[in-house]
Amino acid sequence: MPSLKSLRNRISSVKSTQKITKAMKMVAAAKLRRAQAQAEAARPYATRMAKMMAALARGAASNPNAPALLVGTGADKTHLIVAVTADRGLAGPFNASISRAVRNRVRALEAEGKTVKLFAVGRKGRDSLRRDMADRMIGDVNFVGRRSLEFTDAEAIANRIIAEFDEGGFDRCTLMFNRFVSVMVQTVAETPLIPASAGEPANDDGDTADYEIEPDDGSLLERLLPRNLAVQIYRALLESNAGFQAAQMTAMDNATRNAGDMINRLTMNYNRTRQANITKELIEIISGAEAL
Amino acid sequence: MTVALEIISPERLLLARPVDMVVIPGTEGDLGILPGHSRLITSLRGGMIDLYENDAVVDRYFVSGGFAEVTEERCTVLADAIMKLAELDAQDAADELARAEADYREVDEADASAYRAASDRLITAQAKVDTLAERS
Repeated sequence: MPSLKSLRNRISSVKSTQKITKAMKMVAAAKLRRAQAQAEAARPYATRMAKMMAALARGAASNPNAPALLVGTGADKTHLIVAVTADRGLAGPFNASISRAVRNRVRALEAEGKTVKLFAVGRKGRDSLRRDMADRMIGDVNFVGRRSLEFTDAEAIANRIIAEFDEGGFDRCTLMFNRFVSVMVQTVAETPLIPASAGEPANDDGDTADYEIEPDDGSLLERLLPRNLAVQIYRALLESNAGFQAAQMTAMDNATRNAGDMINRLTMNYNRTRQANITKELIEIISGAEAL
Repeated sequence: MTVALEIISPERLLLARPVDMVVIPGTEGDLGILPGHSRLITSLRGGMIDLYENDAVVDRYFVSGGFAEVTEERCTVLADAIMKLAELDAQDAADELARAEADYREVDEADASAYRAASDRLITAQAKVDTLAERS
């Protein structure tokens, strides 16, 4: 039986853990609200951009001189997977589920005889993937110590990917990130980035076909494609960030509850032990008195 | 009749209001958008967006490039970076122009996308300086 003193120590240590998890939960809840608002605010740009892309891509896809970013290199040999994770942990299965999905994808592609390269966004994903797939990593980015995500961050990532693509580093590029479904649920989602035409078929409402394009020498598309890539990445970063805060909030809520249960059990144990000690002492006194 | 003007940056919706006319700086020249304009998608160079109401400019913004989508009743500007005219700073603009000029001189003309990026930057910086000169 543990001594009363050791039980008291354990209770107080669990209590201070609970205080920390409670505080983290509240911080995550506040950050979640901000992250959701940011993701919400970025949506109009992305939807308009998608519409424009659809209008332009329709005309250009059949053009033999269409830019490679849109139609691909024609080969399907080397794949680049961009894995978006968080920079910090303590968020339940948030980071691990991305790493697992990426690993499965890498194995599946390699079983098909393809070469796979990885690009890690976020510290946790980098650390996890580096363990057994370091030879496939071509780069990583993280936002440790940054207060908020800017569009220029996404643009920088997009530029690195495009530079690699222009050098012929890969044929296809897929983005894997946690989609924010609800506060309780984040699912692993993937978006094809290159070729852009492999993306979701534009919601065809028929009114996109008859635009005048200016300048019409294809340079508009060449400007739009890198921009579109950055927008997609930006959206994934924001979704992932909102998902991370939600996952952390849920995980910390669970931890707080578990700590509460543990405190109850330990307190029960402590009281029983204390009672047993008192009873024992009473018996000793009574039997001592009877012996007289 | 008015045009529903929307100015959107990647981070957020900056402005949505009906105007009588808006002038946007297209890559191939300024475009005055009135209601009933034919459908158009264009890229933008650095320059001023002027909002007109009752034949007078009511607001001016400096945009550093982007895209615009025009339909009969709507004009949507997807701006790279945008600020109010009053927020422009002459010293910053001059520095930016000097940097852009230096980059432009060094860029390899064979590299089409780098060349375009450098010339876009130069045009934007020049437009910023010109706008400020015109204002003062």
